[in-house]
Amino acid sequence: MININIKRKLYLAKNRAGQHLAIADFNLTLHSEEFVCLVGPSGCGKTTLLNIIADLDSDFEGSIDFKQRQNTPNIGYIFQNPRLLPWRTVRQNIELAIDGKASSDNIDSLLETMQLSQFQHVYPERLSLGMSRRVAIIRAFAINPDLLLMDEPFVSLDAATARQVKNSLLALWSQRPHTVLFVTHDLREAITLADRIVILTAAPMKIMSEIAVTIPRTDRDNEQIIETFRQQVLLNYPELK
Amino acid sequence: MSNQLIKFLNLSGLTWFVPLVKIAAGENPTIQIRQLFLIMGVPLIAILFFLGAWSFSASKVHTSLGTIPGPSAVWEEALGLLDEHNTEKKKEADYYLRQEERVKKEKLENPTAEVKIRPYNGKNTYVDQIGTSLFTVFTGFILATLVAVPLGLVCGMSPIINTAINPLIQIFKPVSPLAWLPIVTLVVSAAYVTTDDSWFEKSFITSAITVTLCSLWPTLINTAVGVASIDKDLVNVGKVLRLSWGTQISKIIIPSALPYIFTGMRLSLGVGWMVLIAAEMLAQNPGLGKFVWDEFQNGSSDSLGRIMVAVLTIGVIGFILDRVMQTLQNIFSFGRAL
Repeated sequence: MININIKRKLYLAKNRAGQHLAIADFNLTLHSEEFVCLVGPSGCGKTTLLNIIADLDSDFEGSIDFKQRQNTPNIGYIFQNPRLLPWRTVRQNIELAIDGKASSDNIDSLLETMQLSQFQHVYPERLSLGMSRRVAIIRAFAINPDLLLMDEPFVSLDAATARQVKNSLLALWSQRPHTVLFVTHDLREAITLADRIVILTAAPMKIMSEIAVTIPRTDRDNEQIIETFRQQVLLNYPELK
Repeated sequence: MSNQLIKFLNLSGLTWFVPLVKIAAGENPTIQIRQLFLIMGVPLIAILFFLGAWSFSASKVHTSLGTIPGPSAVWEEALGLLDEHNTEKKKEADYYLRQEERVKKEKLENPTAEVKIRPYNGKNTYVDQIGTSLFTVFTGFILATLVAVPLGLVCGMSPIINTAINPLIQIFKPVSPLAWLPIVTLVVSAAYVTTDDSWFEKSFITSAITVTLCSLWPTLINTAVGVASIDKDLVNVGKVLRLSWGTQISKIIIPSALPYIFTGMRLSLGVGWMVLIAAEMLAQNPGLGKFVWDEFQNGSSDSLGRIMVAVLTIGVIGFILDRVMQTLQNIFSFGRAL
């Protein structure tokens, strides 16, 4: 169980004309092996939230509490851009993450699941965006994280590629379930992926409400069921349109 | 096959030969010959024009050592210097052959006697002097790199240290080697006592250190800029992966700054080579600089021609060094600009 409690996060305005409140009274508990999607308008502070959780940004009031863990938690972070190191091959990029701690069998099986085995010795410049994203996903899974953060990993992919990457992500996640916090502005995507959807308001970012996605995992590829569920959600939250 | 060859030629800076390879690979010869004319023919014509202007105007300038030598006279001098080198090498080989025979003979007559072996003590030829200069410049350059790269890394990573060191860099960067030399000479004389079996001459150390002092700045500045301008997103990747400090530096920061570092090193080597000649002149380190100075003092009718040979040699070697560094820079930037 992970407890995220952010009382206040201030943000310096672009023109340095003072600070504004980015996040206020944000309180969220993640259960073990739960897939939670954060849905909110663009620019509402979702990436800031993930950076705080990943300890890239420590300038906030509040606490991130990984219960039942003494040492520093392992966090996998899939950024919006794949952020692969251009001077390392696909395999070397993944090896950097584990730094000799995991076996090469582990990498092989991850590459296999993500259908990237034949590209493992290729440099990132030769990969398409969809492939780079899958490498970034492997890099995050490889460290066997206590929490997996994903920041709109399917954005700016065409629909077919996005579906493909999404399916391989779900395949990997069902093989190795981890606690996931997934950020998106696309409600349909959230319904396909999540156990629970957290709806956010903009400026300052707050939790508006939480929705449990009751559709069984086996029906998640059925567009009709997803669409019906989406319409129901939109009835209650018309501002999500 | 031909593609790989073209890639290699581009990488090594030998782009002149690319059209030839393309013709051999069966591409349209008219276009390629045009290309060949552009990248090889035009500079060739310019050089011929320069040689013509040189040989025409040289004879008009009268000095105390006679007229300035034209291209053909300089070429004669160059051949003469090579001849001198070959004769000297032959003399040296003969000397060692004679010594070997002498040693054998003495051992036969008296097996217990200690036989003296003397090294050959001939004069330095022009080729030897080129060798000394190259050795000196590389020693200075490597020292400069060893100082500048770590210091640049620290400056790039810490804005505070950068602010602290920056004024010093700005002040010391423009100092001429001629100003450093007396100080370096005095310090080396005081700190380094030579004996008969010292590894290095004082003059060599003085020249090398002067080269170091003048050439470390471009590498230092470029390394600092390269490290400071690293993509923050990639640094964050390292942080999220909880890489140790050492790993972050060696796996993320240095590879990312490598193109900058190599650009700096290329500039440094160029500066070093330029500085070296001045340093050798004054420190009397037996290299090209000393050669020029000696010929100037010598003042024979050949001197001007020999100095010209030195000038051209210095230029050509400087050009080759730059090309080598450029190739290294291209190789290590692989995966980015290319």
